[in-house]
Amino acid sequence: MVEITESALDLATLIAAVAGNDAGAVVTFQGVVRERSDDDRPVLGLSYEAYPAMALPEMRNICREAEAAFPGIRIALAHRVGELALGEASVAIAVAAPHRRSAFDACAYVIDELKKRVPIWKEERYVGGDVAWRENPAGENMPQRA
Amino acid sequence: MAANISVRVLAFARVRELLGCAEWTLQLPPGATVADAWEALAERAEPLRALASSTRLAQNGRIVDGGAPLHDGDEVALLPPVGGG
Repeated sequence: MVEITESALDLATLIAAVAGNDAGAVVTFQGVVRERSDDDRPVLGLSYEAYPAMALPEMRNICREAEAAFPGIRIALAHRVGELALGEASVAIAVAAPHRRSAFDACAYVIDELKKRVPIWKEERYVGGDVAWRENPAGENMPQRA
Repeated sequence: MAANISVRVLAFARVRELLGCAEWTLQLPPGATVADAWEALAERAEPLRALASSTRLAQNGRIVDGGAPLHDGDEVALLPPVGGG
């Protein structure tokens, strides 16, 4: 399960999508909207936009890479777009694996690669009315040639 | 003389705001490249040039160099540095 949605993310749906009796571990991750920006400005909320025609295939590529590196795992990955309030989840991941280590490692791989490669953009809205596009750390924020 | 080609352009995030438009259609001469499409846009919105080094160009969903030749009906996307997650 890989999706980009304007609706609130539901971790239970992702967990159900990867569930199975062969799994001995399910690791989940959610990125959530924080009240302070990286440069310590008070944040009211975020707005995400995506290029789904590229973002969805790239999200699937990342999941396939993780599945190849960690045999026997299953991954569900969802990213929200549109307006998000404080505390809401922008991205959610569930990984089921035979054992916990590969579940943790695969989950970390998926979020790290998503932040580098997937064409999704974030605008912060601040207390006072300013807005700003915020990029992931330099050198790790460019879609790469396939 | 061969007919112009028609290319659909999509812009995102700060590039979209700078251009004031998320999507439009460019008419370009046959043989035009992705870089030519960028240049046609920069002529309409000069501040776009400041983003040239940080903007990736995609053709039909694949990242390409500016020299990639365009075809009628192609979709070109202008991708600033990403911020997902």
